[in-house]
Amino acid sequence: MSVEAPNRALGDAGPTRPMESSATWPRADRVGLGLAWAAGMLLCVVAGAIVLYMLFRGLQYLSFELLVTRPEVANDQSRSGGFLDPIIGTLMLTVLGTIIAAPLGVAAAVWLSEYGRPSWLARLVESGIEVVAGTPSIVLAIFGLLIFSQPLFAFLSFTAEGNAVFGRSFLAAGAMISLIALPFVVGATREALNAIPSHVREASYALGKTKAATIRRVLLPAVRPGIGTGTALGMGRIAGDTAIPIALLGATLQLQAVDGPLGTLRGTGGTLTTYVYGNSPAGEGNAPEKAYAAAFVLLLVVVLLNFGVDLISRRRQVTSWTR
Amino acid sequence: MDPLTPPHAAPLPPPIRRIAVDRSPTTVAAPAAATNGHGHGQPSGIVGGGRHAQRAGRAGVERMRLEDLSISYGRKLAVNRVSLPVRQGEVLALIGPSGCGKTTLLRSLNRLIELTPTASREGRIMLDDQDVDRMEVTHLRRRVTMVFQQPNPFPMSIFDNIAYGLREQGSSRPRREELEPQVIDALERAGLYGEVSENLDHPALRLSGGQQQRLCIARALAVRPEVLLLDEPASALDPRSTARIEDLLVKLRDEVAIVIVTHNLQQAFRIADHVAFMYLGELEEYAPTDQMFGAPRTQRSRDYVSGAFG
Repeated sequence: MSVEAPNRALGDAGPTRPMESSATWPRADRVGLGLAWAAGMLLCVVAGAIVLYMLFRGLQYLSFELLVTRPEVANDQSRSGGFLDPIIGTLMLTVLGTIIAAPLGVAAAVWLSEYGRPSWLARLVESGIEVVAGTPSIVLAIFGLLIFSQPLFAFLSFTAEGNAVFGRSFLAAGAMISLIALPFVVGATREALNAIPSHVREASYALGKTKAATIRRVLLPAVRPGIGTGTALGMGRIAGDTAIPIALLGATLQLQAVDGPLGTLRGTGGTLTTYVYGNSPAGEGNAPEKAYAAAFVLLLVVVLLNFGVDLISRRRQVTSWTR
Repeated sequence: MDPLTPPHAAPLPPPIRRIAVDRSPTTVAAPAAATNGHGHGQPSGIVGGGRHAQRAGRAGVERMRLEDLSISYGRKLAVNRVSLPVRQGEVLALIGPSGCGKTTLLRSLNRLIELTPTASREGRIMLDDQDVDRMEVTHLRRRVTMVFQQPNPFPMSIFDNIAYGLREQGSSRPRREELEPQVIDALERAGLYGEVSENLDHPALRLSGGQQQRLCIARALAVRPEVLLLDEPASALDPRSTARIEDLLVKLRDEVAIVIVTHNLQQAFRIADHVAFMYLGELEEYAPTDQMFGAPRTQRSRDYVSGAFG
């Protein structure tokens, strides 16, 4: 250490480490740098606070018991049970929405990227997807309620005497909530398709393959990571949405099946989000402990999904061509 | 006129590319290169001399013929009234400066040019006395396959890359055992089988660049085409991989007619039997390789092959 001291005194940073310092920058730049740094730190603190607080409160109240017992309507909180039904509800709704959104989104993306003619129609489809992406979910929910209470859709949900259609069910909510995931699937798939150089498509045509064969056997396998990314992002959004389950799923405490085939899907239920809302001080319930525990489970699900997104997109580098 | 071009009165400057021509007769007939087949460790220039020796007196069977071919993008004329024969048993090299229409010409041979919306074409292209416009395009492209500048294996296994072209679309998919002999044969003809025989199920995109390009050649050969088009197939590769691909093309020319676009004049000299020099969309000169590099007829070809402009 002391040997290097004379060098330091001369202001020599050494041959291998060029001097880098913002000390010589104009003041405006230094303030800007400071603000940018502070903004990043602030976000870290906020994210850390959410996760740590939910971890603390969640683990405090969470028990295995809560995960596997059904919720009951009871004034006495010790007898109101756990949140098994909302967990199943979230899973069902997420799966249902994804099953609808993924093929629809991939198909739309393929059409936009590989065909997209006439171009005015492509622009129309594009803005249609943008509108769907920008619509608040409560608006989607109200619109869905309007549609699915029509007599035409009576087979999707409970009906009352006099043929009044309830319009709230897993199928109805799943159909509308798929619109939340759809833009993510379309976006990620298009991005992946556009990243495939055109000579890869031409190589397939040059072997005498049709466009359809090229899409099915070359392009779709190549964009699978992109589809996975978009789908996982969309699943996270579905799992976290509250407005549609409240308005279109009935937000009941327990799953309630309709008599007949696929009764549960045609019946009402609740999700973790509606359960948290109902039990928190924001809703009517007064069981904040259970709300915290359920919120923690929900956060865990969403964080895991995002982790999955990272994993998928990192694997993407294996399939890459030179442009 | 290019300011770098020397005055025409002066004798041609001693170009590097000419040196290879001048020296090739003095090169001993490189028996090692001829017997071990792959030219391992041979500097490509010397190998070129060996190939050159094989070239004498070749006359192939005509497979394709371009008649007054013109192609334009919108109003811009890219290829202007070009007529050319493509023969089996020889390698035809298209050379010329960038933007002279060689790639456009190549892409028109299997009607890939039709993918460019603005492109329009006049004149006729005949494949075995049949107008390519009258042929079903997928049939044409199975008879005239193409290899691109950038290696572009499909995101599937090595085996499936080759099998992809063999599987007829629509019909029931043949099983792996039925395709295996053809796949192995294609890999062997492309000189790749020895390197990948153990891992046919590995993803093709994990191969090295040179192996990927030979896989693309194998893929194009698997459908047993009559004409193989190559668009600067070695420009993204290192010299060693380039030498292997050049050896391969020289070997393949007896079973398939080969048309190669190249920016590399030495490459054209090493592997081509005929050279077509294009300039601003015109076919400036079409000649046997020795004549094109040794005694070009026009002043412009002479300037180009001597390296006066590029």
